[in-house]
Amino acid sequence: MMLAAGGINNSVLVVVLASAVIYGTPLLYAALGELLAERSGVLNLGVEGMMLVGAVMGFWAVQRTGSLALAILVAAVAGGSMALVHAFLVITLRANQIVSGLALTIFAGAAGLSSYLGNDLNLADQPARHAFDPFLPHSWQTAHIVGPIFFKQSLLVYVSWLCVALVALYLNRTRPGLNVRAVGESPAAADAMGINVQAYRYVHTMVGGAFAGVGGACFSLSITPQWVDGLTAGAGWIAIALVIFAFWRPTFCLVGAYFFGAFSGIPFTFQARGILKGIPPELFQALPYVMTVVVLVLVSTAGARRRLGAPAALGTPYVREER
Amino acid sequence: MIRIERRLRQPKWLLVAVPVGSVVVAFGLMTLVLLATHHPPGHTFRRLFDSGFVGQQSLNATFISATPLLFTGLCAAIAFRMQLFNIGGEGQLYAGAILGAAAGIAVGNHSGWLSIPAMIAAGAIGGAALALVPAILRAFFSTNEIITSLMLNYVGALVINYLIFDSQSYWRDTSSPTARVFPQGKNLPDSASWPVSHVGNLVMPFGLLLGIVIATFIWVLYTRTRFGFEVQVIGDSPRAATYAGMRTRRKILAVMALSGAVAGIGGASQDGDFRHLLDPRGLTSAGYGYAGIVIAALARYNPFAVCLIAFLLGGLQNAGYTLQSADFPSGLVGVMQGLILFSALGGELLVRYRIRFGHRASTAGAAA
Repeated sequence: MMLAAGGINNSVLVVVLASAVIYGTPLLYAALGELLAERSGVLNLGVEGMMLVGAVMGFWAVQRTGSLALAILVAAVAGGSMALVHAFLVITLRANQIVSGLALTIFAGAAGLSSYLGNDLNLADQPARHAFDPFLPHSWQTAHIVGPIFFKQSLLVYVSWLCVALVALYLNRTRPGLNVRAVGESPAAADAMGINVQAYRYVHTMVGGAFAGVGGACFSLSITPQWVDGLTAGAGWIAIALVIFAFWRPTFCLVGAYFFGAFSGIPFTFQARGILKGIPPELFQALPYVMTVVVLVLVSTAGARRRLGAPAALGTPYVREER
Repeated sequence: MIRIERRLRQPKWLLVAVPVGSVVVAFGLMTLVLLATHHPPGHTFRRLFDSGFVGQQSLNATFISATPLLFTGLCAAIAFRMQLFNIGGEGQLYAGAILGAAAGIAVGNHSGWLSIPAMIAAGAIGGAALALVPAILRAFFSTNEIITSLMLNYVGALVINYLIFDSQSYWRDTSSPTARVFPQGKNLPDSASWPVSHVGNLVMPFGLLLGIVIATFIWVLYTRTRFGFEVQVIGDSPRAATYAGMRTRRKILAVMALSGAVAGIGGASQDGDFRHLLDPRGLTSAGYGYAGIVIAALARYNPFAVCLIAFLLGGLQNAGYTLQSADFPSGLVGVMQGLILFSALGGELLVRYRIRFGHRASTAGAAA
């Protein structure tokens, strides 16, 4: 049975596409979260830090309790509480959003809280007690082409699709979603309509952090699956670029996440297969970062930004008295 | 009822009181973190302070830790002053280290008078060249410089690894037998070692003094020249700058290049002062660039304050290395830096606004 589909399912293209979905999933969660925060007008550059704290706490929860559901919940709460710090600083205390986001990444990131917790809870160098594995019927997983790409995936992948749909519906088809967009575009007008600008921003920044936490947990509970200092390796930053790349639209995030996911997956696939042996591995490893820069340039001229839907009030605090 | 009102005037004493208060608050928060993770706070702080600042040996080690931080702190402060968020100091430091080491090897063992200026110049060029990538993209395509400069940090780390671990490059030691098993950089010639100065019984690295000279230069440039004035106007009000006919694009390129050059010299100082070879592992694991951001923000972009805070954070980092063990986990210093930064950001509110308790706002504050 393995042999029947072995040929085509082992082809480089299928393997790369399958890894695009695997490595794209954490990006997708993190980007959806950042999108929610940005749509409400809050730029949070702390995604990398929130992901790492989500990853380490999620991993801790699964080692402690053995329950994956609880682990995801813990990761979400951990990410959300990191976001609360940022929210308090930028919404209530009106701090500069850029500096505060950077501070969050330094505080929580690879040389900060996540590493501290990993050391303090003795999480390094042990395999996860449970991990999210592919669970669909074996015959589906081995189906030609679609098997490895779509069916040999963990629950986290399918839930991420659901999240894309939910976030898209929420923003475009519900009253609170409309309010979020109003808060992000013109907080003064939203305030005049009787929308609580501060509350909306708090909630969406924190939900964004929860998404980032889950994104981090994708690494420690499914991809790696163990805890290593700084295991997200810049995925949080790529997720921020991804939101711009997706023009602040959830559905485009899905496409973009797998695009960047492919570039993250390629080095492993190519190295494992000995493809292009003479070429140094660093060249492939640099691909996701270089591609992020290239894509960002393509979508970032001022005219394009406006047309493409950057929230008008992104990055600016709202102070009623200073309208 | 708490009201937050904009201050019409910022009292001078607040500019000192708030940073000091921020550090106190940060230590308070740190105490909570330590208590929550079952570490005795008093004992931990005591050990941190002792191994950072007490005694000749600790201070000498702190000078060594503070040197790169001074450069990356200045790098961030130079760019941040114009609201250009260059967070690529990390990568620019690598670029400076790469070219600085190349210059050191290329000049050979003649004289320090030749090697050292060549290394400084090469380091500055390396850092500036890397910083110009996000600068050009920002100036001509209005691409967000935060993300592009950050992505280049990762690329820089890969390049430096490639040069030593995955190629037979100019920088790699291919002669000695141990280097075939454990790849490492070529040792720089003796004349490429930067001198140290003795102040009392303390040893000051040349890079640290150079950093202080550069800080003075930046201060003069930003407060006493037309260039600096324009940078400040563009930073505070880009629109006003455009109406006044200032050339924003050129300033973006110049400021980013300057910022990158300073980080690059920091990289060359790593080669010349301390490591004496191109050391990928040591450079990429230290996180100098990110600490520089903390320093610049705490110093409120003032170059002299950067010197002071680089020394303090250098002590903290040095203590972190010295104490690192099972009962003093790594990451603690990063947590501490983050907390200090959070507190400073919160404290910023007190400089710009006043908090009033009561129902009615004073009319003066509300009108601002």
